[in-house]
Amino acid sequence: MQHYGCRQPLNSKEEENPPTCMERSPTQLCCRLARDVTGISKMPAVSKGDGMRGLAVFISDIRNCKSKEAEVKRINKELANIRSKFKGDKALDGYSKKKYVCKLLFIFLLGHDIDFGHMEAVNLLSSNKYTEKQIGYLFISVLVNSNSDLISLINNGIKNDLASRNPTFMNLALHCIANVGSREMAEAFASQIPSILVAGDTMDSVKQSAALCLLRLNRTSPDLVPMGEWTARVVHLLNDQHLGVVTAAASLITTLAQKSPEDFKTSISLAVARLSRIVTSASIDLQDYTYYFVAAPWLSVKLLRLLQCYPPPEDAALRSRLTECLETILNKAQEPPKSKKVQHSNAKNAVLFEAIALIIHHDSEPTLLVRACNQLGQFLQHRETNLRYLALESMCTLASSEFSHEAVKTHIDTVINALKTERDVSVRQRAVDLLYAMCDRSNAKQIVAEMLSYLENADYSIREEMVLKVAILAEKYAVDYTWYVDTILNLIRIAGDYVSEEVWYRVIQIVINQDDVQGYAAKTVFEALQAPACHENLVKVGGYILGEFGNLIAGDSRSSPLVQFNLLHSKFHLCSVPTRALLLSAYIKFINLFPEVKATIQDVLRSDSQLRNADVELQQRAIEYLRLSCIASTDILATVLEEMPPFPERESSILAKLKKKKGPGNLPDIDDTRWNVNGSAEHSEDTESTNKVTPHHPFTDLLNLNSTPSAGASLLVDVLSDISTPAPITVSEDNFSRFVCKNNGVIYEDQLLQIGLKAEYRQNLGRIYVFYGNKTSTQFLSFSSSVTSSDTLKTHILSTAVDPTVDGGAQLQQVVNIECLSDFTDAPVLDIQFRYGGTLQKIAVKLPVMLNKFFQPTEMTSQDFFQRWKQLGVPQQEVQTIFKAQHPMDTDVTNAKILGFGVALLIGVDPNPANFVGAGVIHTKNTQVGCLLRLEPNTQAQMYRLTLRTSRESVSQRLCDLLSDQF
Amino acid sequence: MNYLFQIRFILIQNRAGKTRLAKWYMQFDDDEKQKLIEEVHAVVTVRDSVSYALSVLFSQFRNFKIIYRRYAGLYFCICVDVTDNNLAYLEGIHNFVEVLNEYFHNVCELDLVFNFYKVYTVVDEMFLAGEIRETSQTKVLKQLLMLQSLE
Repeated sequence: MQHYGCRQPLNSKEEENPPTCMERSPTQLCCRLARDVTGISKMPAVSKGDGMRGLAVFISDIRNCKSKEAEVKRINKELANIRSKFKGDKALDGYSKKKYVCKLLFIFLLGHDIDFGHMEAVNLLSSNKYTEKQIGYLFISVLVNSNSDLISLINNGIKNDLASRNPTFMNLALHCIANVGSREMAEAFASQIPSILVAGDTMDSVKQSAALCLLRLNRTSPDLVPMGEWTARVVHLLNDQHLGVVTAAASLITTLAQKSPEDFKTSISLAVARLSRIVTSASIDLQDYTYYFVAAPWLSVKLLRLLQCYPPPEDAALRSRLTECLETILNKAQEPPKSKKVQHSNAKNAVLFEAIALIIHHDSEPTLLVRACNQLGQFLQHRETNLRYLALESMCTLASSEFSHEAVKTHIDTVINALKTERDVSVRQRAVDLLYAMCDRSNAKQIVAEMLSYLENADYSIREEMVLKVAILAEKYAVDYTWYVDTILNLIRIAGDYVSEEVWYRVIQIVINQDDVQGYAAKTVFEALQAPACHENLVKVGGYILGEFGNLIAGDSRSSPLVQFNLLHSKFHLCSVPTRALLLSAYIKFINLFPEVKATIQDVLRSDSQLRNADVELQQRAIEYLRLSCIASTDILATVLEEMPPFPERESSILAKLKKKKGPGNLPDIDDTRWNVNGSAEHSEDTESTNKVTPHHPFTDLLNLNSTPSAGASLLVDVLSDISTPAPITVSEDNFSRFVCKNNGVIYEDQLLQIGLKAEYRQNLGRIYVFYGNKTSTQFLSFSSSVTSSDTLKTHILSTAVDPTVDGGAQLQQVVNIECLSDFTDAPVLDIQFRYGGTLQKIAVKLPVMLNKFFQPTEMTSQDFFQRWKQLGVPQQEVQTIFKAQHPMDTDVTNAKILGFGVALLIGVDPNPANFVGAGVIHTKNTQVGCLLRLEPNTQAQMYRLTLRTSRESVSQRLCDLLSDQF
Repeated sequence: MNYLFQIRFILIQNRAGKTRLAKWYMQFDDDEKQKLIEEVHAVVTVRDSVSYALSVLFSQFRNFKIIYRRYAGLYFCICVDVTDNNLAYLEGIHNFVEVLNEYFHNVCELDLVFNFYKVYTVVDEMFLAGEIRETSQTKVLKQLLMLQSLE
């Protein structure tokens, strides 16, 4: 007895630091625990005959071990002992077997490997003593993995217990299935459990276990759980008089209803009825299920969750009954508490928050929404931190409802105050989210100002996200651009390191496109650059803007051309290569704007540190700009270095308002990827031309115009589109045509999300791996993505489910399987939704699934080729187009593109070696279409002629459209 | 609608990070379990040291959240989906602790050590397949006493 009976001195490491303070709501229990831990108390409750003395001794021994080595030694000794007992000649009785198996389990739980004893544990299942069975099942649940050889023995034990009609044994067996949940168990028992669940004579506690056991199997092996007549009867368990059964059944029904809502629709009325009885009951009615004067709080929460699987009930009577329930719950929140205990208020508020979640989910009863908002408003000032946190979180979703948005806004001062005074960063984070969610035109200036001032001291962990939020709000609600420019420059000043490229690209795009703000922007950056230490991003913005619009402030002698130049150049040496490159471009712009500083700038360009710079890009710019400034006439210089044309903008509700004066003019060519000096890996195929600084748009490169502006614009629009004005989402197809001749790459990218693709095709089948990369450090919630095809008859698409959350910086993969049924034109669309910082993001991207993906190349001889060519001579079978080359006419590149298109490249077939011919077969499920193509370049005219012949006109036309876009 | 509410795991740890109960409701491999145990300990103790009285009891953690409550030297942690009801699980913990307290007649850490195999039974009565199974203390205790009387 003394081994374990007397408490070990409580200075052992587990119980050091006796707590000095209890939590705020010290219950009697906590005090007891504290007393125990401080060592003034009782002995461990090992008693009543079922205690295994040997086990207790062993545990005591382990606890007495002074070192890890001693512990290992003691364990090895025990293992040897158990092994010899198990191997011994003498048959062990049930008790010993139980004791040794339990010891093994304890050793395993200490973190040691156990490689024997499994058989003995399985033997315990066939014991007719509860305590022996229990240990056997426990060992199996904790230790046996699903592919064990013993699975059939285990299943046999479970089978016997399920058939035993002994509720205790049945429960043990059901708990084991629910805990292990393996496929083998599902195969063996999935069809049997429904009948246990709905049988009339099953005991209540067995029903509870059976319901949850079924739920587990439905989660792990849904294909093995047969749906059938039982599903209708399961719904009626919501009516069961045993609330424990209802509690378990509610979870099962909710899970099933999520998967097939139609089949479980009848649960709505039953759940409402049950909920109504609970919330209107006097607190004593439910006796066992009343928790600190709150009637069945967990069951209420579950029922409210179940109802969130459905829209508001259509039946008017049912709907009003539900509304009554929700009103009652809201009313109770106003009643004086029936107990001062925190358990009482927590339980009550658990139900209240779930009711509010349902109200928000329905989003249809303005009165309820406003009441919910007022209730949460009270909680915002509650002394419980937990409640303030939950209220902020919950209000965030209320802000996106049109009915309650205004009501949420009335709490702005409280929320701002929370941002300033809350001590816990997670609460402040929720306050930021809520401010962002409640922001609209009326309060944008105040909110942005508060967020900026908070940003100065914000926790590093949330800065990046805040910067993004401020940038988005500033643009979305910019009434005048001076405010916008000020805000972004402030942002760069306060948190420059967290300002992503898109943010400063965007401010430049807007300044370029809005001529009324250009002078102000030039003046402001000029002033900002006066600071002795400014962030490199500010130098970039400053260089760009002064290069374009420095003339607008040059009249003032304090910002004369030379002063401007000297100011910029004083930053030059502290900057990184890309910024220096940008500054060099600004200098050449200065030469055009201000002839008086030409000589000074030429001297700078001519210096060794520029002309002989180790960096190729800088050296090349210096040489070319210097040369340009020397040989070009003023007129040519003025043309070459003309002010940037406005950036193209996608039509959108927000940008349409922003774009007041300047119409889209002389737009640079967005599709042309060649001017990408910053050459990200993705564009490497074009590197041979990237370094040629073209005289037309020497500046477009700096902004990486090819990909970012449109993506950036779409981010700033799409990110916000569902806050107050649910604008229709435009389907992004910016990169679509890039995928005609290749299968891998980035199809979509904005500030939050990057979507990469990797595709493989065989005959009429395709598989696309879609990679969603979370570019932020914040988790995306409720992430979902699905593929829709406008023409389901022609392509058949299956995509895998994705996790509902994507961690910051993490990548998520989805597999999309495609079957091509017949030839098609419209590509499927990938619809993505997720919550970021409390607001819903929706993105739609056209998936590059084109007809040519289903090509199989066909090699053939010259003779065969022309023979077939002639066979396909009917006019409808041929489609021809003549077009101008958009890219340099390079034979190797063209070869690669034709191969990438999917056909075999036939060398030596065409009598003219300059021509390209190819052949392939398009595979669809129904048919195969042979296809021949011929591409004839005319280098002098920079033109191509493309001819396609297939047996089908629609195929010829589609292939011609796709391919003619690529050269 | 993409609710997956379910308990991912329940952990009872002491201040030193020793696990007193680990109940897993999802497949994790052993390394991952160990990592989770360590991460949870880091989360709950760090927040604890800041200022217990003024810290939020819910902690965002990986894809999930940890809802936890400290009783003397023991942390009772439940890991659930981020969309799950915080307060319901917070009180779920308390309900569980009260049952343990009744069952072991003033529970202390050592009870959980010496009777670890019984603690699993208590858990299974109250939580199964990652869901709340039974909430009535009376019913759970009655069932436990009945089991206790069996041989």
